[in-house]
Amino acid sequence: MSPVEPMMTTEHARHLQHQMLRIRRFEERCVELYSAAKIRGFLHLYVGEEAVAVGVMEALAAQDAVVATYREHGHALARGVSAGSVMAEMFGKVEGCSRGRGGSMHLFDVATRFYGGNAIVAGGLPIAVGLALAAKMQGQPIVTACFFGEGAMAEGEFHESMNLSALWRLPVLWCCENNFYAMGTALARSESETNLAVKAASYEMPAWTVDGMDVVAVEAAATNAVDAIRNGGGPHFLELRTYRFRAHSMYDPERYRDKAEVERWKERDPITMLEARGLVDASTIAELEAAVSAEIDAAVAFAEAGSLERIEDLTRFVVSEVGAP
Amino acid sequence: MKTTYREALRAGLRDALLRDERVFLMGEDVGAYGGCFAVSLGLFEEFGPERVRDTPLSESAFVGAGIGAAIGGMRPIVELMTVNFSLLALDQIVNNAATLLHMSGGQCHVPVVIRTTTGAGRQLAAQHSHSFEGWYAHIPGLRVLAPATLEDARGMLWTALQSPDPVMIFEHGALLGMDGELADDAGAVEIDHAAIRRSGTDVTLITYGGTLHKTLAAAEALAAEGVSAEVIDLRTLRPLDDATIMESVGRTHRAVIVDEGWRSGSVSAEISARIMEQAFYELDAPVGRVCTAEIPIPYAKQLEEAALPQVPAIMAAVHDVLGRMSTSVDGVPVLAETH
Ligand SMILES: Cc1ncc(C[n+]2csc(CCOP(=O)(O)OP(=O)(O)O)c2C)c(N)n1
Repeated sequence: MSPVEPMMTTEHARHLQHQMLRIRRFEERCVELYSAAKIRGFLHLYVGEEAVAVGVMEALAAQDAVVATYREHGHALARGVSAGSVMAEMFGKVEGCSRGRGGSMHLFDVATRFYGGNAIVAGGLPIAVGLALAAKMQGQPIVTACFFGEGAMAEGEFHESMNLSALWRLPVLWCCENNFYAMGTALARSESETNLAVKAASYEMPAWTVDGMDVVAVEAAATNAVDAIRNGGGPHFLELRTYRFRAHSMYDPERYRDKAEVERWKERDPITMLEARGLVDASTIAELEAAVSAEIDAAVAFAEAGSLERIEDLTRFVVSEVGAP
Repeated sequence: MKTTYREALRAGLRDALLRDERVFLMGEDVGAYGGCFAVSLGLFEEFGPERVRDTPLSESAFVGAGIGAAIGGMRPIVELMTVNFSLLALDQIVNNAATLLHMSGGQCHVPVVIRTTTGAGRQLAAQHSHSFEGWYAHIPGLRVLAPATLEDARGMLWTALQSPDPVMIFEHGALLGMDGELADDAGAVEIDHAAIRRSGTDVTLITYGGTLHKTLAAAEALAAEGVSAEVIDLRTLRPLDDATIMESVGRTHRAVIVDEGWRSGSVSAEISARIMEQAFYELDAPVGRVCTAEIPIPYAKQLEEAALPQVPAIMAAVHDVLGRMSTSVDGVPVLAETH
C-alpha cells in the first residue's frame, strides 16, 4: 500500500520549511558553540535528516509519546521542546530541559511527552513498547513514535521489541532512520537483509519504505500509519531512507565513505527539495530565515544567561523527591 | 621511545596479531572506521577484514561469538566500545564465559580476551561514563585487568592471551591521550601482582586505572606538606594481590583507597574489608575511601568534576586518616565522598 500525499497548502509547506530550517540552523550554531567550547561531550548532528523528524511529528497529536536517540536535537525541536531549553541543556545549565544533567544526548521533556534522548543504541525501543503497553492497558488512543538508526536493527533489543509490539498489537510507530551508516559501518556490512521493511514485515506488521529526504512523503506515510495505529491496527514500521551530511559525532575522520557519495546525497537536501516544489517563495524563505535566526539568538542568550547547578545539589534526582504521579 | 597510551594499546594488538595466527580482533567499528577511539587505527589495512573484523551493533552476539571461537580453538580479542555497552553482553560474559569451565567440570576452557574503555571525565553523561569493572571483579571465573601506565597498556594483552580463561581489560578513556616514554623493547608484562608506583612511609594509597595519576598527584602534593604517601597500582582487580597491599599497610599503618566506581559494593569496599580481615591490628586509623559520588554521572562540567575522585578529596581523606583537619585546596571545596 502506498500512502497518498495530502493536498499541500502554501501555509503548510511554509510550516514544514520553517521546522526544517529551525533544526538546520540550530545545529549549525551548535557546531560553532562546540568549537567555542560552550558545548562539550558528544554532539551528533541531524543535518540532512530533518525531513524525517519534521514529517513524523506532523502526524502526531499532543497526547502521543516520542522516544528518540542521541541524535535527537531535531526531534526535540520539532516536537515542541523550546530551542532555549535545548540550548541551555547543551550548555549544562539548570534551565536546560534536563537541568544540564543529560546534555545533547539526553534531552527530556515530559510536558511534550518527549521521553529522551537515549545513548544506548536500541535502548529506547523496549521503553516505547512499555509506553504503548500502558496506553493500551489504559484504553487511551495514544500512539508512541520511536526513532532509531538502522544500526539498531542488528541489536537483540530491536528484535525483541518488534516481536512484543506485534504480539500484543501495541500502538507503536517504529521509525527507522536509515542513513546507511552506523558510525563507520555501511548497511551492507551490518545487515544480511538490507531491505529493512522486509525484515520488519517478518514480525507481522505493516512496513513501508519511504523517501526520508522528502518531508511531504514522510508526513503522508506517518499520517497513514498513525491513523491505522490509533484505530487499533497494531504497530507499524517505516523505513525512512535518509543521509547524514556530517560526521557521526564531532570527531570522525570519515574514512569509511567517499566525498562524492556525500555530495550526491546533498543534491537531495530535504530543505532544497521542499523549496523545489515551488510552494514557498523566496521572500517567504527570507522571512523564515530571519525568524529562525532570531529564535536561535534568543536561545543562545537564554542558555548563556542560565545558571549552573550548585554543587550542593549534586546528588539530587537519584531517588524521587516526590511521590509517584 | 615517545608514545601514548592509545599507541601502546595498538602496539600490543599489532604484536598479538603478528605473533599468533589464531588471534583476531572483533568489534564495532574496529576496522573501516579505524576504531571508535582510534586504538585499532591502521590494523584493518594491515591485517585485513578477516582478522580485524567489524561487527554489527550486536554486543551480546559478538561477545558470545568470541566465547564460541575461543572454545573452537581461536584466540579472539573482542572489543566492546565502552563498558556501558558491555551491559548488553553481560549475560554472555557472566553466564557463559565465566561459568563454562566450571559447569563442564573443567573441560571447556574459554581463552577469550575482552577489551573495553571505561571511566568518566569527558562530559559524556550517564550512559557513557560509568566504571563497571568492579562488577566484573565480583565474578568468579573472570580475570580483570586495568592498565594505568604505558607499559601495562602495551604489555598486558599478550599475557592475557596466554590465559586459558577469560580476561577482561579495562582501558581508561581519559588516559588514551596520555604520553610518555616507553622502552623500545617493551613487551609482555606479568599480570599477577600490584605495583608500588611511589614508595612512602606514612600512608598507603591504593588505586588503579584512571585514578592512578590523580593519586600520584595527590601524593606529590602531600610530600610538599611533609606527608610520605606510598601509592599502589592494583593493575589486576581480580584476583586481587592481597600480599602487596597487606605488606604496605603493615609498614604505613594507614590506608586510603581511591576508586572511580561508586562506593557501595565497590572494589574499594572489597579491599577495605580485606584489610580489616588481614591487617586489622596493623591499622592506626580506619581505612579511608575516595569514590565517585553515588549518582549517574551528570553532563555539566562542574557536576561531573564534583562527582569524581579529585586530588583535593584524596588529600582530605589522607588528612583524615592522619588525624589532621581537612582543608580546601585553592578554594575548591572538598566534596567527593571521603568517608
Ligand atoms: C549499545 C551500544 N553500542 C554501541 C554504541 C556506540 N555507538 C553510538 S552510535 C553508533 C552507531 C549507531 O548507528 P545507527 O543506529 O544507524 O544510528 P545513526 O548514528 O546512524 O543515527 C554506535 C556504534 C552505543 N551508543 N550503544
